[in-house]
Amino acid sequence: MPEPVLRLEGLRKSFGSLVVTDDVTLDVMPGEMHAIIGPNGAGKTTLINQISGLIPPDDGRILFAGADVTALPPEARALRGLSRSFQITSILPGFSVLENVALAVQARDGSSLRFIGRAADETALNLPAMVALEQTGIADRAQVRAGELSHGEKRALELAIALAMQPTLLLLDEPMAGIGREETERQVELLLRLKGEVTMVLVEHDMAAVFALADRISVLIRGHVLITDLPEVVRADPQVVTAYLGEQME
Amino acid sequence: MTGAALVAANGARTLRARRDTVLPALIFLAFALLPVFAALTAEEYLLDSATRIMVFAVAAVALDLLVGYCGLISFGHAAFIGLGAYAVGILSAEGIGDALVALPVAIVVSMLFAWITGIVCLRTKGVYFIMITLAFGQMVYFVATSLAPYGGDNGLTVAARSTIAGFALLKSDRAFYYFTLLCLAATYLLCRALIASRFGRVLRGARENATRMATIGFTIRRFQLVAYVIAGGLGGLSGFLLGNSTEFVSPEYMSWQRSGELIVMVILGGVGTLDGAIVGSAAYLFAEEWLSSTFESWQVIFGPLIVLVVLFARGGLIGLTTQLWRRFGHA
Repeated sequence: MPEPVLRLEGLRKSFGSLVVTDDVTLDVMPGEMHAIIGPNGAGKTTLINQISGLIPPDDGRILFAGADVTALPPEARALRGLSRSFQITSILPGFSVLENVALAVQARDGSSLRFIGRAADETALNLPAMVALEQTGIADRAQVRAGELSHGEKRALELAIALAMQPTLLLLDEPMAGIGREETERQVELLLRLKGEVTMVLVEHDMAAVFALADRISVLIRGHVLITDLPEVVRADPQVVTAYLGEQME
Repeated sequence: MTGAALVAANGARTLRARRDTVLPALIFLAFALLPVFAALTAEEYLLDSATRIMVFAVAAVALDLLVGYCGLISFGHAAFIGLGAYAVGILSAEGIGDALVALPVAIVVSMLFAWITGIVCLRTKGVYFIMITLAFGQMVYFVATSLAPYGGDNGLTVAARSTIAGFALLKSDRAFYYFTLLCLAATYLLCRALIASRFGRVLRGARENATRMATIGFTIRRFQLVAYVIAGGLGGLSGFLLGNSTEFVSPEYMSWQRSGELIVMVILGGVGTLDGAIVGSAAYLFAEEWLSSTFESWQVIFGPLIVLVVLFARGGLIGLTTQLWRRFGHA
């Protein structure tokens, strides 16, 4: 049995009297595509934010690649190979698409206290960035200001930034949110290609995409993990159907 | 494909690059030729005014590094000018009047002060950052007023301009003018290089989206602290020049009004452009000098004038030149 890449142990978080993460225990295995689904307000984004370090949990532990990272800030987790994309796109709108990704390569490279030399001209940063852009299908948009991209292209850029970090674990917060059918299909295809190379945690509302992609699915209801199992088991579980899938699948 | 796209990248950049070269080249050419003009027209006072403009431009360019590229509104930047000037004054009073000592001391003391206070200031954000930098600035101001052996409130006279390795190279106003121009050019080029570098790209990125930068692994505060220390050191350089140009050092150099004036210079010229800070300090000091010699209550005119520029010239005076540049079909 291999070590899990990510292990959540008894994670708890409440905002005032509202419990948003209720004793979440979860393992994500190497190479796995692990989907987290659940109704709106189930605490999916809060959970992702705790894993990436933007919100500290009230209780419990987060183990990443065998080490306890519960107390580490987001930048330290990122450098250990924990990369994420945001539900609401988070890019540098005034930078070119290429520079958005080159910055991630630069972060990975580690030597950013360099005061001379034009960073924008560094092939050592731009080439890996172009590779990530080609992987996500927006290489032809490299010179465009990121703020001018279409919504779907911004999603692809998010993914390119995350990929340029060469992550051990990729957290995807609703990568299909707000994009059209065609772009969703392209995104699913892209993620299918990446599957197996990178371990991924996917939070998503598009059930067709989830069932096409996921190796295992965890269902989150009111902050609590109802079930973690293979897609076909989850799909058939009567509890899940009543609580969530019933309304999604008809 | 990958290679071709990279080549296209360079092409798109040249247009902006041309404007970024032409304007600063014109500014520095004007400064370089000014002494010739002053000699021909026998308007020697121009030399004094232009020296003063360049001295403050050094500090304003450094401040623009913080305001324009880090989004850090430092309201205590005059403190660094004061520290640099006092380094000249105090060393001179103790019989050390050489730039080889005074200049490094002025810069290093300012950097140390920036480093110690920066650690505290950068724990805050927004208005709190403005207030805490103001507080540290006032702290230095009051320390200077209480320095009884070195003139206290009244300040102290610098016996002579700094020598360089024992030679009185800066004695003539013209020589000092060109030395100041050299310092301004060095400051400008250093800041330009910083902003384009890997380091500067992190600063610019953090200003756009700090959360994104943290999630790709940058500890923003560390980079901002380094920028704050560099800007502080350049403030010290400005102070070294100020102490030498006026041959007088006073606590007034670091009052909060001075810090405010520096911010106005940066905004007037155009935030986040560097050359704007030079144009801004020239416009500010020139307007101040001209208006105050022409009208008695000149502030009544000066104040609204600044408001008008901020309201109607988006991007300050530099923003205006960029708009003109576009209008004449360059972009």
